[in-house]
Amino acid sequence: MNEFNGLDSDKLHSLYRRLLLLRRFEERVYTNFLQGEIPGTVHQYNGQEAVAVGICDHLRPIDWITSTHRPHGHALAKGISARRVMAELYGKVTGCCNGKGGSMHVGDPSVGMLPAIAIVGGGNSVVIGLGLAYKLRRTDQVAVCFFGEGATNEGAFHESMNFAAVQRLPVVFVCENNLYGASTPYHQVSLVSDVAARACAYGVASQIVDGMDVLAVHKAGGGEAIALARAGRGPILLECKTYRYIGHSRSDARGYRTKDEEAEWKQKDPIPRLGNALIAAGLSDEATLARIAQSVEAELDDAVEFARASPDAAPEQALEDVYA
Amino acid sequence: MPETMQTVSLGATALPNVAERRLTIAEALREAIAEEMQRDPDVFLIGEDIGIPGGFGGAFGVYLGLPEKFGHERIIDTPISEKAIAGAAIGAALMGMRPIADMQYADFLFECMDELVNQAAKMRYMSGGKLKVPMVMRAPVGTTNRGAQHDQCPESFFMHVPGLKVVCVSDAYTAKGILKSAVRDDNPVLIFEHKLLYGSKGRQSAGGLDLTAHVPPEEYLLPLDKAVVKREGNDVTIVATHLSLYRALAAAEVLAQEGISCEVIDPISLLPLDTETLWSSVRKTGRLAIVHEDTLTGGWGAEVAARAADECLFSLQAPIKRIATYDVPLPFAPILEQAVVPTVERIIMTIRTMCE
Repeated sequence: MNEFNGLDSDKLHSLYRRLLLLRRFEERVYTNFLQGEIPGTVHQYNGQEAVAVGICDHLRPIDWITSTHRPHGHALAKGISARRVMAELYGKVTGCCNGKGGSMHVGDPSVGMLPAIAIVGGGNSVVIGLGLAYKLRRTDQVAVCFFGEGATNEGAFHESMNFAAVQRLPVVFVCENNLYGASTPYHQVSLVSDVAARACAYGVASQIVDGMDVLAVHKAGGGEAIALARAGRGPILLECKTYRYIGHSRSDARGYRTKDEEAEWKQKDPIPRLGNALIAAGLSDEATLARIAQSVEAELDDAVEFARASPDAAPEQALEDVYA
Repeated sequence: MPETMQTVSLGATALPNVAERRLTIAEALREAIAEEMQRDPDVFLIGEDIGIPGGFGGAFGVYLGLPEKFGHERIIDTPISEKAIAGAAIGAALMGMRPIADMQYADFLFECMDELVNQAAKMRYMSGGKLKVPMVMRAPVGTTNRGAQHDQCPESFFMHVPGLKVVCVSDAYTAKGILKSAVRDDNPVLIFEHKLLYGSKGRQSAGGLDLTAHVPPEEYLLPLDKAVVKREGNDVTIVATHLSLYRALAAAEVLAQEGISCEVIDPISLLPLDTETLWSSVRKTGRLAIVHEDTLTGGWGAEVAARAADECLFSLQAPIKRIATYDVPLPFAPILEQAVVPTVERIIMTIRTMCE
């Protein structure tokens, strides 16, 4: 059981199902986007699922997260239904933001997710306010900021890390280091190879985590970072080493990286990795995993059908919700 | 460019049975903050140099005495990190707190444009109306011989952003009532104050104005979206904020002796703009002049002029005039500075040509 951090079979299967839900959701979005059903553009999360699932499993609806322009996985992992996320991508009034957010701004207060912030580094500065509110109110809430390694060259990252540190805020900064800021390799724009190393400049604890292993993320996130932040020990930076399988956005043909590199990372794919480990340990079998896959497909059939069948917003609603 | 400014009567008339109590804007703001912090535990202050023991209580002394009263947990001294200040205020507001954030100089707002424009102004809309951002950001503006990066009037930048509220306070009575309303408003409100109008320090450079106003001891709130007619008149409507308002009032005194009757309006709120009060005056006077210390091109006067042309063109007997700072970065030397900002003299000359 050690390799599973003491997690029971139900929890492990639940993590497995969520990983699969995030992956298959993005695959549906890809197809339906290409078929012209989804307007705008989409930035997809394929490959990074272990990070959102491993972290969000420890969070309650009152523990808020901030997300990025690549937020579908965070939204699903935090508990927004596939229906409501999908409908938002379709721009429907039934979406989690009533069609006013779209792919880059999915979120929902009822599960504790701000509308995703599509400005790189934007979430870093807002999240400290969440942590400050929790501290001032003396609650045991924790705020989690998901951001990419690209954000760590933004001023917001540095100002926020420093502020969170001196105020000892209950904030967990989760860097999803997928190696590329759009098409630019991180190593080309930073001489510090590990994002985690930057934390020491602010007196913040940090840890490097295998972001392709949901159990590693789960352990580092829940057992350590989130628990410590909750206990009032101040902010922590987790650097999850991960990889996005697809391009930055749908117009990206990935000419800036090699097929070999992609293949190498896909060998670490978090989904078969957990599935195979469960089978090897005798905790699961092919049939069980197939049943989970079927139920995920059914949930996504329903989500797509819901999005397609949902009404458009009335045009005059565009003028509402500017002011409270 | 010699100019004389005259003492103008400010603020509300004294309430019956209440001895007149005159405060500076700094004192009125301090009182408003203290009352709101007393009333609501969710209200807190955040900014640079605002609560350091032995420090100066904010760049203009507004917060002196507040840390002793409310403690350092609710008076949060920050690093020099404008993005962090704005982000912390926005995030806390999203969680239901009511932060009052301090930007030492309005020029520094450009350091947190992303937070204010992309985050604070849009969170409610992007969430489909499920969230609100009840925060206040205070920022001092205005030319005070500090040069190009400490003297700007950037209100107009924010007037362009749906989701924000932009107000300008020019006297102690207004400052107190507006700040208290802003704290209770569920939207992000930017309050711009003029550095020369805070209190005694600025009097000399402001032309010897008495900058105190009657502030009743009883609690009162002022609406965030209402303009105030500061002086009634029949020949021309002058819309002006901050120090320009006082210069417009001084110009009106001089013009009155020449038989030109000016109605002077403090719009207070630039976003939303109280066009009802403005246009009803323009319909009466038939002439509109707008005075602001921001530079001319793209300044808020352009918006007022465009809307006046759209909504009450046929009431106008003369072209709309904007009397603004010339389109240059602000120079340091006092003689250069006063050559580019709207002076009493320039206001008088412009109004005279409008009434010829």
